[in-house]
Amino acid sequence: MPKLKIKSLHHRKSLLAKAENQLEHLSNGVFKTGELPTFQAKIANSGYEKLKPKKLEILQINLGYMCNQVCSHCHVDAGPDRQEIMTKETMIDCLNVIKNSGAHTLDLTGGAPEMNPNFRWFVEEAAKVGIKDFIVRSNLTIIRANKKYYDLPEFFKKHNIHVVSSLPHWTRGKTDKQRGEGVFNKSIEALKSLNNIGYGMPESNLKLDLVYNPSGAFMPSNQSDLERDFKQALKEDFDIHFHHLMAITNLPISRFLDFLIASDNYEDYMTTLVEAYNPLAVENVMCRNTLSVSWDGWLYDCDFNQMLCMKVDSSSNHIKNFDEAALENRNIKISQHCYGCTAGAGSSCQGTTV
Amino acid sequence: MNNSYYDPKDLKKFGSITEFQKELGDKFFDYYTSVFEEGNLTAREKSLIALAVAHTEQCPYCIDAYTQDGLQRGVTREEMMEAVHVGAAIKSGAALVHSTMMMKKVNKLDG
Ligand code: SF4
Ligand code: SF4
Repeated sequence: MPKLKIKSLHHRKSLLAKAENQLEHLSNGVFKTGELPTFQAKIANSGYEKLKPKKLEILQINLGYMCNQVCSHCHVDAGPDRQEIMTKETMIDCLNVIKNSGAHTLDLTGGAPEMNPNFRWFVEEAAKVGIKDFIVRSNLTIIRANKKYYDLPEFFKKHNIHVVSSLPHWTRGKTDKQRGEGVFNKSIEALKSLNNIGYGMPESNLKLDLVYNPSGAFMPSNQSDLERDFKQALKEDFDIHFHHLMAITNLPISRFLDFLIASDNYEDYMTTLVEAYNPLAVENVMCRNTLSVSWDGWLYDCDFNQMLCMKVDSSSNHIKNFDEAALENRNIKISQHCYGCTAGAGSSCQGTTV
Repeated sequence: MNNSYYDPKDLKKFGSITEFQKELGDKFFDYYTSVFEEGNLTAREKSLIALAVAHTEQCPYCIDAYTQDGLQRGVTREEMMEAVHVGAAIKSGAALVHSTMMMKKVNKLDG
């Protein structure tokens, strides 16, 4: 396991471990004084009185907040100390929904989803449904964390999983600073083992994408420029290949919010996001075609709202009473963190949106 | 009037220089935008050159802007400092190479 310097907000018993305190912070200060417009006011100005979903395309399921890493900016506040893990019973409820829903993409996330004891069983069952794009968000180091995970690349291949993994930078220094000492070397080893069986290779159908998120209080630059730089550096230095890079903006919640406040960057960062507001990005924010399911089966507009405990505003708000038609009628719940999805070229779990 | 010559907020007002002379201001911004576009040099390489020149010009606005720009492009702190050293080396080299003038003059006047 990589050396972990930081602890989860929950472990530290930080005030920000509570979602209501995060939401309060996001509603007060510059947004209360009117120095910056609220997200609601901003989108109303672009012609969106309410944010409504379109057709459901992606079902994102969070298998638990337990993780072998404790990255400094994790929006899940994940870590080895988190005990929230999806039970097999809830997984069965999820499978029923997957079979009947119109979603073409299934996206498993965490924490480290592989740490859920029923992860492999769930993947095997879900793969039988024949979903078009089956994503597992793997943090890479988990593949090298313990012998029992060494065969994960083969397991992914067997079920034609689309692997999506975070790598904040192509240098060791920047990656380890954000994700923990030793993470870079382990991630490179894991990428090699994925490449070795065909993942990420130029003509291969075994999809391997990387996720980039900035290491500090700034936005990502152009996604395709970053992809080119990542590809060039990883190829030259390690002979590593991958398919696409998804550039994601850090949203001001959880550990990243804690960092922004502690480093006195909060107001400047929010100003940057508000100034970079792009009305075109509102059209494609991911909550409009995605639903997020938490480890205990509740439904959310997105993974971020899940972390802020903002359940969907619908009579169908749990995987047990999933009703796609009712959900398509809901109003999406928003707050100032949403500015992270509409800044610049937009941001979602699938990268830029504009 | 603010009691400091430099105010970080003024950087955001850069675009307003067109208010007093629109035609020339617009031409400048067109030119500026074109210069920083991807060309034979990548936008990333141009950003590093800009950072080095920002230091030799000692322009706080440009240092602010191109530090931020570099971070967004994934430029590392080591790369940034190396770029500043390139600027500093040229600055000091430019000063030192002029000492050949001083030496020539000394040798002429003082044998
Ligand atoms: S690997 Fe992902 S889930 Fe785990 S701590 Fe890092 S960012 Fe959070
Ligand atoms: S944070 Fe969630 S709810 Fe807000 S705009 Fe982004 S995806 Fe939608």
